[in-house]
Amino acid sequence: MSTKRIESINDFVVKFANVNGSGSASANELFARAILRMGVPVSPRNIFPSNIQGLPSWYEVRVTEKGWLGRRGGVDLMVAMNPQTWNQDLAEIEPGGYLFYDSTRPLPQSKFRDDINVLGMPLTDICNATYDDSRQRQLFKNIIYVGALAALLDIDAGAIAELIGEQYKGKEKLLKPNLNAMQMGLDYALAHLKCPIGLRVKKSNAVGKKIFMEGNSAAALGAVYGGATVCAWYPITPSSSVAEAFERYCKRLRVDPVTGKNKFAIVQAEDELASVGMVTGAGWNGARAFTATSGPGISLMSEFIGLAYFAEIPVTIIDVQRGGPSTGMPTRTQQSDILSAAYASHGDTKHVLLFPEDPKECFELTAQALDLADRLQTPVFVMTDLDIGMNTRLCEPLEWDDARIYDRGKVMSAEELQAGKDFGRYLDVDGDGIAYRTYPGTHPTRGAYFTRGTTKDRYARYSEAGPDYVDNMQRLLKKFETAKTLVPKPVLSAAQHPARFGVIYFGSTSPAMAEALDALAAQGIYVNALRVRAFPFQDEIADFVAAHSKVFVVEQNRDAQLKTLLVNEAHINPASLISVLHYDGTPITARFIVREIAAVTAALNVRPLHKPKAA
Amino acid sequence: MTYLTKPKLHHPTLQKNKVGYTRRDYEGKISTLCAGCGHDSISASIIQACWELDIQPHRVAKLSGIGCSSKTPDYFLGSSHGFNSVHGRMPSVLTGANLANRELIYLGVSGDGDSASIGIGQFAHIMRRGVNLTYILENNGVYGLTKGQFSATADAGSKSKRGVINRDAPVDTVSLALQLGATYVARSFSGDKKQLVPLIKGAIAHQGAAFIDIVSPCVAFNNHEGSTKSYDYVREHNESVNRLDFWPTREAINVDYQEGAVIDVPQHDGSVLRLRKTHPEYDPLDRVKALNYIAEHQAKGELVTGLLYIHPEADDLHAHLNTVDTPFNKLGVKDLCPGAGALEKLNASLR
Repeated sequence: MSTKRIESINDFVVKFANVNGSGSASANELFARAILRMGVPVSPRNIFPSNIQGLPSWYEVRVTEKGWLGRRGGVDLMVAMNPQTWNQDLAEIEPGGYLFYDSTRPLPQSKFRDDINVLGMPLTDICNATYDDSRQRQLFKNIIYVGALAALLDIDAGAIAELIGEQYKGKEKLLKPNLNAMQMGLDYALAHLKCPIGLRVKKSNAVGKKIFMEGNSAAALGAVYGGATVCAWYPITPSSSVAEAFERYCKRLRVDPVTGKNKFAIVQAEDELASVGMVTGAGWNGARAFTATSGPGISLMSEFIGLAYFAEIPVTIIDVQRGGPSTGMPTRTQQSDILSAAYASHGDTKHVLLFPEDPKECFELTAQALDLADRLQTPVFVMTDLDIGMNTRLCEPLEWDDARIYDRGKVMSAEELQAGKDFGRYLDVDGDGIAYRTYPGTHPTRGAYFTRGTTKDRYARYSEAGPDYVDNMQRLLKKFETAKTLVPKPVLSAAQHPARFGVIYFGSTSPAMAEALDALAAQGIYVNALRVRAFPFQDEIADFVAAHSKVFVVEQNRDAQLKTLLVNEAHINPASLISVLHYDGTPITARFIVREIAAVTAALNVRPLHKPKAA
Repeated sequence: MTYLTKPKLHHPTLQKNKVGYTRRDYEGKISTLCAGCGHDSISASIIQACWELDIQPHRVAKLSGIGCSSKTPDYFLGSSHGFNSVHGRMPSVLTGANLANRELIYLGVSGDGDSASIGIGQFAHIMRRGVNLTYILENNGVYGLTKGQFSATADAGSKSKRGVINRDAPVDTVSLALQLGATYVARSFSGDKKQLVPLIKGAIAHQGAAFIDIVSPCVAFNNHEGSTKSYDYVREHNESVNRLDFWPTREAINVDYQEGAVIDVPQHDGSVLRLRKTHPEYDPLDRVKALNYIAEHQAKGELVTGLLYIHPEADDLHAHLNTVDTPFNKLGVKDLCPGAGALEKLNASLR
């Protein structure tokens, strides 16, 4: 019987089904990096449980010559290393696809499908014969299958060897056995399996100068470059690696070479209330400070966020979003904190949100958030998510202009106070809604004020008078108008042909959207796309909606939160917006977007039929 | 209380301290608390202590939570920045402020509801982190601003003004602070300025987490018969273990022996605390003994006051974190940004 074989060069999906804590993560990343070294873009994704050891985890690698970095959906080659998930893994393979598995123990025919190509390799037998130690058997099994996959997919074994060499540089004891294990897998596959299979990697030059980085590391580096000195945080998936990366980078880049002392302070707080409290205290006292958290943390921080808004204190919050509500899906991705962040706290509040699309923007927008928080004297959120934050993503190299200086905003100096400049902490002197502040301890007799969450007049004097309250709240609105002129502008991708339809999207939807626009155009469906990068919304966004008959709003949440914010805050007619919503915890795919948009456009283009006559 | 604003005119004969300020320069706005409130006496002691210590008022940052006690920073040190933050969360705000500028003096002012009820978590963690501050807990066992509910420091069996008996066990913040690693722990009474002023001075000079629990009767809701935080009760049950004298740095110490044992405790900054022990068996350098002593006397219904524990060699959070001497809020882009060259190297390592 001959089974159909998927044939594809540099365009396929490999999925590894593993057991959490089995050491597979580094082997799988080695696999992905080897393909990158061959100049072929890859987009890997971790799919992991809220667990340390024992539960299923997956690693999905999309090999994509065209550089489509969104999740594709479907699997062409399944590396099934977890008997627990065998049935579901098998079901995911595309017809004509491939199954690579450990054939040490024979499995009944009923455990297979007849429309896929099966590649068995007795991995456990090989490991048991080679290694005495059970931990070694476990770890090297992963490297052995990477070697076998190199043979099966025609991956340059030299690239793998080079990466192993870099990883174990100076650790010769580990280097040799890893190289041997890889070679063992390669040799076995060449000798016993038909290599290569229909899926192949061919050297290319589609990677160029791009870098391969996690968004959380990039955000942390943005905080280093942006001048943050205080980081207070509380561990929560998927944001913990922001603080951990900040510490790693600071130890490398922020230690005074002469004294050996740190130009940074990192405090793991007792909870999110304390972490944002520390950031608020540091911001009040003139240091740049940030915290990293996820949805449940935002809920806990809300009272403080309101204080920082009302008392006008710079606070930077990196929200790595995950599936909510409550504990929700802590290891899955969503864009579902938009409203809770935009309006965090009781009373009338609005906050600045920034939406990075990839690690490069995590770096840039975190550095910019620190400037904006100082300039606007208010909380600023960097709204990233698990998909960007915890996956290694190919992106343009990071850039920094050495001429750039930090914008510390309106801070009155001791000299200005001494010269008699009028200081009113909540006095708008130049019409942008932003008042001057002073750092504590600036001047012996001038510029001191009492910061409070209660109402005050323009000179920070306690007041319970209605007009003082209204005056202050109106100024805060004016300040929010000023924010519009400072936050990053939306990015337009115009279709090749005039388009009736538009689409608005943001954040981690970006790579899937780029691919979807391409696929839609191939079907003759032309759509102009606007990537929103910040809240408050600039006028361009309402103008974009007005220029189209219908505009799709693509989001990764159930309740169309960005759409709600667009209707509320940009006064857009909800009838002109159509939601495309993906919220099962997996990253949105181009296939999903294309299907949703094509279905609607088809329906809208159909001319209504004449009413059939009554039978 | 009075609404009459005191004239800001200073009498020319008012005594000035070494940095050229009179006691009036350490005052704040007129208090809006009830007449006779213990908290106002504490404010007066803070004013006296800062004046005697020759602190420039603007080099102090006053932070508080929410409640009657947390309003008081507005009523002293009018030339200092103040921050009336979130209920029970002063410690985190103060920790962040302290990290931003290690050169200022930090006063944390809180109440028993703010510290022992809603804020017990943050209270605990600021003590264990060793933040360099003076934490003043104005303890009246009652929620004043919301009119008379019990707080977590109210003694079991104590009676509210409305006649309700508290059945819950009290939180003893002094023992808690000792267990959590505070390096200067004292208790006093708002009405005992002679004891309180030197305790505050010692706390400010201390280079670590200093905590003073000050029993401060609430005249409106907790100063009646049956209350264990009333003026009468505290006066009757006060067991003072020592009397403190304080010598700042660079000042000659006049030896002045009196009755009872006397010990000198040199502080990190060179200043000296001299303890006149009224209870000769009491050893404030031993954390475990201090805990036992407090517990034993508590069991007898006695309120032990004085300097209960001091670790003279204490260090603080900045030492733990090995931070630079320059305050963070004075570091600029040149100090903090690694620059484009370093970024190019990072890019190269990510390919």
